[in-house]
Amino acid sequence: MSNPLHDSPDQYALRMVNIDKYFGLVRALTKINLDVSRNEIVGLIGDNGAGKSTIVKILTGVFPPSNGELYIAGRKVDFRHYNVQSAHRHGIETVYQDKSLGEKQVLWRNFFIGRQIVNRFGFIDVKREKAIASEIMLKTIGFRGKGITVESTVSQLSGGERQGIAIGRAMYFEADLIILDEPTVALSLKEVAKVINFVHKIKEAGKASIYISHSLPDVYEVCDRFVVLDRGEIGASISKKEITLKELDDFLLEYAHGRKDKAQQ
Amino acid sequence: MNFLKSAYRFLGRLEGFAIATVLLVLYLVLIVAAPAVFTRPMIYFSFLETVPPTLIAALGLTLVITAGEIDLSFPAVVSLSGFALAWGWKTFDPAYCAVIGIILALAAGALVGYINGLMVARIGVPSIMATLAANFFWYGISILLAGGLQQTLRGSEENFVHELLVGRPFGGIPLQALWSLVLAVFLWFILNRHKFGESVMFIGDNANVARVMGVNVEATRIRLFTLHGMIAAFSGIVLTLNIGVFYPNQGNYLLPAMASVFVGGTSIDGGAGSIFGTFFGSYVIGSLEAGVVATTISGYWVQVVEGGVMAAVVVLNAATGKGDFASLFSRFRQVGRGSRET
Repeated sequence: MSNPLHDSPDQYALRMVNIDKYFGLVRALTKINLDVSRNEIVGLIGDNGAGKSTIVKILTGVFPPSNGELYIAGRKVDFRHYNVQSAHRHGIETVYQDKSLGEKQVLWRNFFIGRQIVNRFGFIDVKREKAIASEIMLKTIGFRGKGITVESTVSQLSGGERQGIAIGRAMYFEADLIILDEPTVALSLKEVAKVINFVHKIKEAGKASIYISHSLPDVYEVCDRFVVLDRGEIGASISKKEITLKELDDFLLEYAHGRKDKAQQ
Repeated sequence: MNFLKSAYRFLGRLEGFAIATVLLVLYLVLIVAAPAVFTRPMIYFSFLETVPPTLIAALGLTLVITAGEIDLSFPAVVSLSGFALAWGWKTFDPAYCAVIGIILALAAGALVGYINGLMVARIGVPSIMATLAANFFWYGISILLAGGLQQTLRGSEENFVHELLVGRPFGGIPLQALWSLVLAVFLWFILNRHKFGESVMFIGDNANVARVMGVNVEATRIRLFTLHGMIAAFSGIVLTLNIGVFYPNQGNYLLPAMASVFVGGTSIDGGAGSIFGTFFGSYVIGSLEAGVVATTISGYWVQVVEGGVMAAVVVLNAATGKGDFASLFSRFRQVGRGSRET
């Protein structure tokens, strides 16, 4: 057993060590050991109820695990003081399929909600927020032309553009780990391509990411490694170098069948 | 031409410009329909005196509605704070009774608002139910404490606080009109330029988004209701000081205040609020009844005309989406284009 404290703190963006989660008597997660290196995008694959969203909720501070330890960029997380707000301070940013942006609000407000640039009376430095927001839009996520400015409201954006804004925001705030929770659900193919383009930018920026999606081709396209979750346990961890999309698809099918055979025995 | 275009764009996006235009048109119509009354300044001074209490409460209500909530309990706060002021007035030494009375009144408003906030944010009672109950309860408390009797603020005309809040120093302009304008400017900055106001908008837009982005939704809601309690108390202070008498059943302007918010362009959906829309909306609502009465058409028509104007304005607001001219015209253009294509 390796002691995580002896590892170089810079090596991993995230380490989950022996994480268990019980809801009453129901065991949702069993001994989850998951490492994500810097500059790595890990795809989390699994059926509904496999424990994907439980892992996301532990990482984002919605609830603590029952047992186990969590290290973010080498720092151990104290779950007594860990919540949605402090997850941001720890460097975890999450992009959800539908609850990342305020629909009626202008874009520059969406970039800074929850951590505005304020003076000591709490008044917002609008000029600076707008300047930074438009820089993020141009440089980080490459929004050009299209008539979209920091003064546009979210409701004017397409689904893919919205995810782009959310990803750009996460990157600007120097996240060590960006969790993408089903970012392409309910998007057209063209919009999915845009989102995948944004996810590539996360890697270019040298950040780590956990990518959760039901769409296997998307996961294969963007991820370096695939972690298969099965009923609260990690069933397999496969590097992209070792496998083609077809093989991954077959593997998952076999995996599901194997599980069914096991259940029948 | 370019100048006109940019002027149009600027005015079109200016907060409250559309409803201010409605107000202007309303006065022009009334000048034609009732020249005897509306060509003289007296009626306008009268509006500047009677509208502010409703206006003040409506400004606070704008913030509450922006957060996707409602507060039906402010009429009771207007009564309770009036009682607190009157009680302080008769209990303490005349030298400082006004100041103590005002502090008591604001504290009473803050207390009612805070309890509303706890019920809504902590316990999760929908605000329409919590504040409806609160309105009955605190009206009852106010009437109980006052023994059902009105109370006169003795010597209020000579008191400096009276001069400061509701006096008429500059050519007879009621100061409460100025104070309500100051409050509107202040609340505009709170809503549009302060962290608190931005949180209020995001909560009204989508409380889940606000929460995952690190807004303390619970605390913001509690602060919001407390703030509106204090604003309603200020409304009660202005009302009571202006007449010099506290009536236990004072403050029955729930519906006019709500109408002011809605004709001003703030949507019940939450997420966005127009402070200056409410400002001019209050004057539209406050001027309508007196105006229609002054035209000497049959009294039976008064409410019909009032309701018609309100309905027309809110329909326009809904059609334009944001209640400004620019989006109204772009809407019309789209309608035209759509019909050509089909």
